[in-house]
Amino acid sequence: MLRFIARRLLETIPVLFIIATVTFFMMRLAPGGPFDTEKQVSKEVRAHMEAHYGLNKPLFQQYLIQMGHLLRGDLGPSFKYPSRTVNEIIADAFPVSLELGFEALAVALVFGLLAGTIASFKQNSPWDHVPMSLAMIGLCVPTFVMGPLLISGFALHLDWFNAAGWFSPRDRVLPALTLGAYYAAYIARLTRGGLLEILRQDFIRTAQAKGAGGARVLFKHALRGGLLPVVSFLGPAIAGLLTGSFVVETIFGIPGLGRYFVTAAFNRDYFMVMGSVLFYALFVILLNLLADIVQVWLNPRLRFE
Amino acid sequence: MPLLSVNNLSVSFDTRAGVARAVRDVSFQIEPGRTLGIVGESGSGKSVTCYSLMGLLPQPPGRIEAGQAVFDGVDLLHISRRQLNQIRGRRIAMVFQDPMTSLNPYLRVGDQLIEPLLIHQKITRASARKRALDLLDEVGIPDAAHRIGMYPHEFSGGMRQRVMIAMALITKPDLLIADEPTTALDVTVQAQILELMQKMRAELGMAVILISHDLGIVSGFCDHVIVMYAGRVMESARTEELFYQTRHPYTRALEKSIPALQAKGRELYTIAGGPPDPFHPLPGCPFAPRCDHAVDACAAAEAAPLEVAPDHLSACLRVQKENLQI
Repeated sequence: MLRFIARRLLETIPVLFIIATVTFFMMRLAPGGPFDTEKQVSKEVRAHMEAHYGLNKPLFQQYLIQMGHLLRGDLGPSFKYPSRTVNEIIADAFPVSLELGFEALAVALVFGLLAGTIASFKQNSPWDHVPMSLAMIGLCVPTFVMGPLLISGFALHLDWFNAAGWFSPRDRVLPALTLGAYYAAYIARLTRGGLLEILRQDFIRTAQAKGAGGARVLFKHALRGGLLPVVSFLGPAIAGLLTGSFVVETIFGIPGLGRYFVTAAFNRDYFMVMGSVLFYALFVILLNLLADIVQVWLNPRLRFE
Repeated sequence: MPLLSVNNLSVSFDTRAGVARAVRDVSFQIEPGRTLGIVGESGSGKSVTCYSLMGLLPQPPGRIEAGQAVFDGVDLLHISRRQLNQIRGRRIAMVFQDPMTSLNPYLRVGDQLIEPLLIHQKITRASARKRALDLLDEVGIPDAAHRIGMYPHEFSGGMRQRVMIAMALITKPDLLIADEPTTALDVTVQAQILELMQKMRAELGMAVILISHDLGIVSGFCDHVIVMYAGRVMESARTEELFYQTRHPYTRALEKSIPALQAKGRELYTIAGGPPDPFHPLPGCPFAPRCDHAVDACAAAEAAPLEVAPDHLSACLRVQKENLQI
């Protein structure tokens, strides 16, 4: 197991290297440059700025310089926020996204697992149909519709929450629901499907023949195998949740990382793009590894060495 | 007093294609410590009968229409799930056909083995484990202390069935129901498993219901045999009597189908035709269309199993009416 983990961790190095390379050249291939949005910049000023950031050097030399910085963990300065480095921006914004992500994850897991479990135990009854229809709606309604809907219902009409902002704990509720709804819906369907598959198996009948009650059958015998599809979904899903959502952060005015990711690309903020891509990639790789480890732990048949 | 007395059990399945009448008016008794065999081909209702007793019938689509199953004074078909869970796994245990799929692949063999003890008795894990080790040893699993920590996929089919048997016997049940316990195993292993069941039965003094499609296996194991066809009891008698004084054409046809009892080189005997459609039951004897002895009366009205000799039931109209010799 340790060898497996070590091998997978070593494999991340070439993957990150390739991602960095592709990101670098794709950004430079994209039309426009970091200073195009500034109004009326004279040729001299522009040349001076490009020289300052080293953008006047040959492309391949720029690439080598940036890779050198990256190796030392230096993500470079931001063009858009000249007073801050990319490292500082991520350090500031990431905790916000992380908190929102965990809250949304909690929403997704609680509602998703509960609804999926009940639906599978009461298959083809209203306990199945109602949550699964809601889940279908949750999957179909995009975040940018769900957010404003929740705001107009719970913030504007009922006045239970603020429409936007990120100050009090109450401000966490609507963004977490908005962000978590899709994942809750997906997890509910995966849980239901996984459990139905397991509950049909012969060994469930064996457990019942032993006199195991419903709770024992569920928790001891069914859940382990039934949750395998959920676990493999959760790896990349958690990475997406924790690194921030542009839409939700924009709707609710949350100073999280997701907004920086997207605006950086629009601004051709080269170093910021590189920093956020690598940060996200690392997250996805590590959480996929974690999901794989959990799967092996859950399913002994995968343990071959 | 019988340990288990099944009276007039009828079970149906509600499916999209219609209502399938899987078990019809089945009755039998088993005394403590005795062995009963239930024989029949696939779809004859033998497994459904036993699943109904154990509350393992998926309902829906399954539906118990009528009947009683009185075990030690309690009707298993009409008690709460909670009460049933006190009985199954403790006083009635079950061994299933396919040991490959009947053990939970996600749990260690040891954890599954001691589960009946943990459910039904106040016992520490340590002493449960000790019981499990002793029992594994007894069912012939070498190096039990090591194997108890392994997963089912690390066992062979025969070994898994030994584990299943140990698991069923760990609470020392009064009744063991074995549903085709050797069907999924190699022929050499089959004999070992039957021998093991015989040995454990003698040791624990429990009653056994052995379900099988193999008349040979049942005759070697059981005191009494019930022959089922199309959800009904065709014949029921003590094993020897069933073979030497067969009183039903279907039983005779089954006997003739045992290859080992036939002369070498001769074409194997088969019963012409197929079993009746469970969705459209015939008005008369279900075996009549395939029966060499059938007369018009057979197809007209169904005959219930009646005693044609002491403790010997036959559902053949001609045996009942004309004392037909088969």
